[in-house]
Amino acid sequence: MIFTFLQIDLPAMLVGTLAALVCALVGNFLVLTRQSMFGDAVGHVVLPGIVIAYVVTGTTATWVMLAGAAAAALAAAGLVEFFRRVAGVEPSAALGTVFTAMFALGVVLLEQTGVARTTFDVHHILYGNVEAAIWPAAVDFSSLVDPQALAALPPQIGRLAFGLAVVLAVIVVCFKELRLVSFDPVFAATLGLSPRLVGTVIVALAALAAVVSLEAVGVILVVAMMVCPPAAARMLTDDLATQVRISAVIALASGVLGYAAAAFLPAAFGSPISLGAAGTIAVTAGLFQLAAMLFGPKRGAPRRA
Amino acid sequence: MLQQLQHDTEWPATAAPAPIAVRNLTVLYGGQPALADATWDAPRAGLVAVVGPNGAGKSTLLKAMLGLVPVAAGTVSFGGEDIDAARGRIAYVPQRSAVDWDFPATVLDVVTMGRYRRIGWLRPVRRADREAARAHLDSVGLADYADRQIGALSGGQQQRVFLARALAQRARIYLLDEPFAGVDAATERVILDVFRRLDAEGALVVCVHHDLQTVAATFDHVLLLNRRVVAAGPVATAFTTEAIARAYGVPLGPAGSPADDVL
Amino acid sequence: MPMACRWGPPAVPPTTCCEPMNVAAEPSLLAILLLQGGYNTVVVMLGAAALGAAAGAVGVFAMLRRRALVADALAHATLPGVALGFLAAVALGLPGRSLPFLLAGAAATALLAALSIHLIASRTRLPEDTAVASVLATFFAAGIVLLSVIQTLRTGGQAGLDVYLLGATAGMLRGEAITLACFAVAIAAILALLFKELVLVAFDAEFAAAHGFPVRVIDLAVVALVLAVVVIGLRLVGLVLIVALLVIPPSAARFWSNRAASVTLISAVIGAASAYGGAAISAVAPDLPTGAVIVLVAFAIFAVSVAIGPARGLLPRAFGSRRAAAGEAA
Repeated sequence: MIFTFLQIDLPAMLVGTLAALVCALVGNFLVLTRQSMFGDAVGHVVLPGIVIAYVVTGTTATWVMLAGAAAAALAAAGLVEFFRRVAGVEPSAALGTVFTAMFALGVVLLEQTGVARTTFDVHHILYGNVEAAIWPAAVDFSSLVDPQALAALPPQIGRLAFGLAVVLAVIVVCFKELRLVSFDPVFAATLGLSPRLVGTVIVALAALAAVVSLEAVGVILVVAMMVCPPAAARMLTDDLATQVRISAVIALASGVLGYAAAAFLPAAFGSPISLGAAGTIAVTAGLFQLAAMLFGPKRGAPRRA
Repeated sequence: MLQQLQHDTEWPATAAPAPIAVRNLTVLYGGQPALADATWDAPRAGLVAVVGPNGAGKSTLLKAMLGLVPVAAGTVSFGGEDIDAARGRIAYVPQRSAVDWDFPATVLDVVTMGRYRRIGWLRPVRRADREAARAHLDSVGLADYADRQIGALSGGQQQRVFLARALAQRARIYLLDEPFAGVDAATERVILDVFRRLDAEGALVVCVHHDLQTVAATFDHVLLLNRRVVAAGPVATAFTTEAIARAYGVPLGPAGSPADDVL
Repeated sequence: MPMACRWGPPAVPPTTCCEPMNVAAEPSLLAILLLQGGYNTVVVMLGAAALGAAAGAVGVFAMLRRRALVADALAHATLPGVALGFLAAVALGLPGRSLPFLLAGAAATALLAALSIHLIASRTRLPEDTAVASVLATFFAAGIVLLSVIQTLRTGGQAGLDVYLLGATAGMLRGEAITLACFAVAIAAILALLFKELVLVAFDAEFAAAHGFPVRVIDLAVVALVLAVVVIGLRLVGLVLIVALLVIPPSAARFWSNRAASVTLISAVIGAASAYGGAAISAVAPDLPTGAVIVLVAFAIFAVSVAIGPARGLLPRAFGSRRAAAGEAA
């Protein structure tokens, strides 16, 4: 029993939870800067990038996919800017146009290049592949401190840990800058802090979080985690630092409870159905947000002048 | 065509450069000049009222000085330096802050933001900074509101918070855009009190002001704008009926009084 | 019969009644565009054009009222409804993929999503984009979970559910196409009736309210129209891409005119053309998901509009300023 837990459930739970954490942390600043739809956008645009990367390099190596995803994100940003600035298209129209067109392109490329029929399963980019994270090297709890066994952890965990470390470091070091620009970009400019620079940092962090998470947990989870835990935390506090911490706790709880529900709930009812872990984690986060909106002490009506 | 009047610069040309020197500043808005060829030297210190009709470019002047709007022509220098070098000694209180009032920030958090530049980028906020911010908050009479969320205050109180934030910057030059517009009496008293203190400290306060009646009582210098500089200098000499009439576009009749057929 | 099914096990040909595609002679794309592709293909193309026109016209007001993002959320929120409709049908002993059940489910959950977004944005301190994003994510995730549940049930017939994600022309019945055409006419009628109110509210809601126009009713009408377009368009274009038909034609139309009525009309035409052309191409290359092809055609028209559209297009503007400069020099 411990065997299966360590080999199968623990790594999967770790993957889901780490991804939830890194997305939720950066999601706080996306929500505060009215960029809640960022996760949704990233999910749409990376598809053609990933497919093209595979076609060009012929491999399904993760770094290839990540590079393709990053390139697609940059191309999307560039296109949106072009349509907005040069062509004068209304901002949300430019966003909607670029994102849907790029996703459509990705779908068409998928078909034309026959990628969907190979072992490279882009299906997982959308729905996640949490369950594929396994740790055969685990023997018992001592493996948790055994460097050799740890080295054999699935690679997603290392990537996610790296992403998490970077995001945490930037948030801690640049906290007051992030807070300042999120709250009052005009004032920040008069102090000599460029809102565009900080805005770019936020977007870059979000892109990093998305890219390290996508392959492991899919778009569904990325989108949900970038919004739901921060939104829930907003209902519970007036202090930004506390909000960030609470959102991390909620992300963690969603990851653990969501995975547990997906893995063990059906069996507990004697049912043969299976629930996808990524989707269940996302729904759990949504439920936390619902609870916070219904009962949170700071949920109140908006004050916007 | 409004002529640019000779204005009193208050110091000999060989002295140190003016704290704010505007030269031939032109700002366009939708192809039209919001500010046209404005030239002005600020006095060394004191309280300056910037007045003029709607659309005269008063707010635009402030924003152009701060580099918040693109400039079509002309320059602004601060004691001989450009804006980026001088930011440390300039504080700005805008007309109506377009912030998210639901933002997770307390009153004290907002005032502390005024100290961020002095703290230094990428350095943490320390207790000493918070204490200093609290003192500034106290100076505008809102010490008891330090832990309230920023949206929970009245409009006048919020204005005072942003004033305290500017004070926390400990600047030499304060640019304020219609701070008295639509505020309650208590806030008005506080702002006047702050002006007196800043004046006593030798700071320069440039304030866009909407109420002609109170200019003489509150300020010692004036800048009359109607897209161009109409008049500038000490209130006693520059703030004349004739100059006001010229700024507000009212044609003058005989003996310097507004023409009868306009009234 | 080829099915464009992407996200699940290999496609199983449906056993419900569908008229077989005419694959005796492979007509060229040009022939298909000229309505020579065979009865079925023609029916599908005209039905698609009707949907495209409706989406294009409704999309103008969705865009003007910044509802494009909301439309995205509503579209994604149909997924759990489709799954629940499937399960309900199966529970009642009917074949799972019974269209009325699926569409009713889709409409129900999309409506619930619209209500949730409104409540969150108005009753909590969360801004609208957060409300939209969180509803979109949660509902869609719930849909994915339900889909995975369905996949493990042994009821059969669930293979084709994935078609609702990306759409397919194949298997569209004549009855469905006629429904689409009627729907488009109904949309046109409603828009014509409410046109000046819609434009007024879109332009200046405060003024409209001050003049006694029922702004909330008008807004609700726009949301209802968007909902209808999404649910009806699910089958053909798929939920992931129906939003594109609501966003791209209006954006393109904006470059051809500055007047609201013209923009609406042109947007409808562009929507119809995109759907028509996309369906035609999809008939020639049945492996390509229809929705994706339609969106790419729409984007191509958009790009052309940006380049040469007389109202604010890039080339006319460049040409115009050069001419003005030459005029000054002369």
